[in-house]
Amino acid sequence: MQKRLVLDQTQISIIISRFCHQLIENHDDFENTVLLGLQPRGAMVLDRIVQRMREIHPSPLKYGYLDATFHRDDFRRRDIPLKANETRIEFLIENKKVILVDDVLYKGRSVRAAMDAMIAYGRPLKVELMVLIDRKYTRDFPIKPNYYGRQVNTLESQYVSVEWQSQGYAEDAIWITEKESK
Amino acid sequence: MQQLSTRHLLGIKGLTESDIQLVFETADNFKEVLNRPIKKVPSLRDITIANVFFENSTRTKLSFELAEKRLSADVVNFASGSSSVKKGETLIDTVNNILAMKVDMVVMRHSSPGAPHFLSRHIRANIINAGDGTHEHPTQALLDAFSIRERLGDVAGKKVAIIGDILHSRVALSNIFCLQKLGAEVMVCGPLTLMPRHVAALGVKVEHDVFKALQWCDVANVLRIQMERQQIKYFPSLREYSLYYGINRRLLNRLNKEIVIMHPGPINRGVELNSDVADSENAIILQQVENGVAVRMAVLYLLASVK
Repeated sequence: MQKRLVLDQTQISIIISRFCHQLIENHDDFENTVLLGLQPRGAMVLDRIVQRMREIHPSPLKYGYLDATFHRDDFRRRDIPLKANETRIEFLIENKKVILVDDVLYKGRSVRAAMDAMIAYGRPLKVELMVLIDRKYTRDFPIKPNYYGRQVNTLESQYVSVEWQSQGYAEDAIWITEKESK
Repeated sequence: MQQLSTRHLLGIKGLTESDIQLVFETADNFKEVLNRPIKKVPSLRDITIANVFFENSTRTKLSFELAEKRLSADVVNFASGSSSVKKGETLIDTVNNILAMKVDMVVMRHSSPGAPHFLSRHIRANIINAGDGTHEHPTQALLDAFSIRERLGDVAGKKVAIIGDILHSRVALSNIFCLQKLGAEVMVCGPLTLMPRHVAALGVKVEHDVFKALQWCDVANVLRIQMERQQIKYFPSLREYSLYYGINRRLLNRLNKEIVIMHPGPINRGVELNSDVADSENAIILQQVENGVAVRMAVLYLLASVK
């Protein structure tokens, strides 16, 4: 099975810390900033950021989880429909700076759907995108992350898998695998 | 990543337990959508749905229409009273004409049991049964069970008494199927004349004393007396029915326990249900109506996604 390690536990942890510091640098005390984790896998990245932020920054952080399943552009075009996940946003984003958090940025279609879904909670002042992995040269939409952990060159035939300890894996790790051998 | 085992919702009888659970899980998500400032998602924006009602309906039709619009579908409404059905057109011709206008889904209510089943064998669109005579009313049963799950945490192991006009009720039959598939115990209660002859063969308990039924159950689903379907008199008077089967606060106080009261609407206040019960904390009647939209959104969304 062809499998290549992109990031190990230590590297992921360093990136999460860097994300937190970048956010503090750009958003001060987070008074007007909210974070939204894209369901299902961006929520896990967000949880890690929130956890780390509690250790290094005193200001309370407003965050929620956004599911964009009902806003996707591939409904009725997939062989098996996607199952929706919980959306939990207990605030409005009207005039707020929103940071969308996901694990892997690939075609950009999930992010497009998420931006569509997000508007149901108000008109944001500004939207930023934060991803752990940016798959270069694969975008179908003009979408670019403001913060990324690592940029990787990948083929269509490859898949980026993100493993979290909280999901039962031995350690946090990000791999590039061949789709057939996934 | 699941999908329904069927491309039509003709009755609860044809659904599996996992189908019902999938509807509930999807309805949970839509209930959240309905609480957003903008209560609309674009999922069905390329779908046209015809609401074909050959029988009167207020809340079911409104609930379906709202669910369709919340999903961004295009909606056309058809009421038999003002249509060519009156001029002698057959059911297939009527619906084929509607389908010729490129309709993808048909929500149908009809006074003949089995009408949606018949239609599903002859036309290509997804059919959703919104009530066929005295046979089934699947979305009502789904929203009833969803409301029980919401109030009590789970349906499995709960005792549900369906009280009233069982003979003429499609809600009763769909509820029996749905609750049993989800692992609840079901009792039917009503006067002998309003009880189908072989109802016990469905595996339900049969009771004629409303107080005993209320003592037994966790949830009482109270049905309306359907005067419009009664060609003969099944009981001497509404006053007498109310005396023996009407549920009031005094009756509930005698139970020494709290039970949940449901009603599919419209309520005949003072007949099957007194206002002191219908408007009380025990009643989840308005929650049922609210959940109806979310459950119908889930049904439409899931059926549209079946290839």
